[in-house]
Amino acid sequence: MTRPERQAVIRGFGSSRVGRRLPVSEMALTADACLAALADAGLQRDEIDGLATFPGGGFDTPGLAGPGADEVHAALGLQTNWKYGGPEGGQLGGFFSACLAAATGLARHVLVYRTVSEASAQGAAGRAGALAGAADAAVSGFRRWLAPFDAHSPANWIALYAQRHMHEFGTTREHLGTIAVNNRRNAAGNPNAVYRTPITLEDYFDARMITTPFGMLDCDVPCDGSVAFVVSHIDTADDGPHPAIGVESIGWAMRHRPLWDQWADMTEMAAWDAAAHLWERSDLRPEDVDQVQLYDGFSFLPLVWLEALRFCGKGEAGRFLESGKRVALDGTLPLNTGGGQLSAGRLHGCGLLYEACVQLRDQGGDRQAGRPDTVAVGVGGGPTAGAALLVRR
Amino acid sequence: MTIDKHAEVHASVGPLLRPAPTPDEEEFWRSGADGRLRMQRCQSCRRWQHPPNPVCFRCLSRDVTFAPVSGDGTVYSFTVNHQPWLPHLRDPYAVIVVELDEQPGLRFVSRLVNTDVADVRIGLRVRVVFEPLGEGLFAPLFTAVGECQT
Repeated sequence: MTRPERQAVIRGFGSSRVGRRLPVSEMALTADACLAALADAGLQRDEIDGLATFPGGGFDTPGLAGPGADEVHAALGLQTNWKYGGPEGGQLGGFFSACLAAATGLARHVLVYRTVSEASAQGAAGRAGALAGAADAAVSGFRRWLAPFDAHSPANWIALYAQRHMHEFGTTREHLGTIAVNNRRNAAGNPNAVYRTPITLEDYFDARMITTPFGMLDCDVPCDGSVAFVVSHIDTADDGPHPAIGVESIGWAMRHRPLWDQWADMTEMAAWDAAAHLWERSDLRPEDVDQVQLYDGFSFLPLVWLEALRFCGKGEAGRFLESGKRVALDGTLPLNTGGGQLSAGRLHGCGLLYEACVQLRDQGGDRQAGRPDTVAVGVGGGPTAGAALLVRR
Repeated sequence: MTIDKHAEVHASVGPLLRPAPTPDEEEFWRSGADGRLRMQRCQSCRRWQHPPNPVCFRCLSRDVTFAPVSGDGTVYSFTVNHQPWLPHLRDPYAVIVVELDEQPGLRFVSRLVNTDVADVRIGLRVRVVFEPLGEGLFAPLFTAVGECQT
């Protein structure tokens, strides 16, 4: 098996401020993150010859997509040999594509970014504000199988999976709450996290219900922010001012129909396919992994990823948490060290990729969890997923 | 056919969003007109599939047609929604994944209606009812019947 991703490294990374309703534009956030990543990589703008993002331009969901690749291309005055923006490779699709472009020589240094402004876009009306006007038009796209039945939100769609998992395996809301409490505790050490005040399980159970079994604290926080990475060919890995991050393997497989309501076994998700692919492409095993950054758009999703990645058996993730002990910063498998999307903000998986880089460079400060050599990143929920194993070189 | 009377049972739901069906799935969305749910079936491998497409996703036969189903099924999963995503959605309601009796795994997302949300559970036996969406389209919703199966 050829493993081109190993010919790529993350040479630099950067982040904008992340927050609720920041008084700056999406492009300003993007520029902040991209210029920070360039400086971190020790590269000049004119050395960048590739550009990639997810999901790219053309989206009408307010705040979801950020500026498209063409707009960023123009704003930063780039000259590219290769460019890609697209939604259907999943949230890590831009990063994966950049790895392949760098590995194959289509580009030497690829700038990858992900920008959201969902907090500003939703405004004071919250998610309902984002849906306002939806009732005026017929529903097309995949939502036509969901919205006519008043399943309007990913919260509803993921809840259907969670409820089935609870039914079959005895997973409980306390297990879900353990994730929420853990991530908030970690966010306290992340100056860029949206919510940093610790919460207890009691707070978790007191929060208002959204859609069973999910309450407010099971749902991640929409935010404004941007993260960026410079993905370079491994030949240039040692040319920058900071250690580059290695890419051991990526998992990008999708072996089922990618439809929200048609997953054959709804205690599983696309995460299982991506995770299987990840291990097929790696010499490492789950016991080699020092910490995990797992998509927590909803508290249930890290449980799915823990099972999909084979850190525990199917159905065992709730008990595997050991009431939070195992996944705490000082546990044997720290989880979402920067607070995850539940507390740090929903950067659609790319914030988790960013946090993995921070940890592998020992730059986590108060939230640094040991000195990891290998970090597993699992991103996505429902019928979308991507996974990566990042390593200290 | 006893199922014909179900066309007259209107569910207690607010205005539902209307889909923009592709030509391949219009018959699914129109099948409420006579109260009989129609699903797509491959005439080659004889298996049902959803969502409808002009090809069988299992055997790739192009010989796929719609056929009536019993309208009976079981709740495979559910969520009771409390969040008013749209202004009229003030009261909790149950979104379900229904598995139809015709074939294991023949499922779609729907809404449970005319049933106390406290009674929804996995294994609940349900039967289709239709809610008009305008323009000749109908949403196949479900209501509880009889006892729970697990």
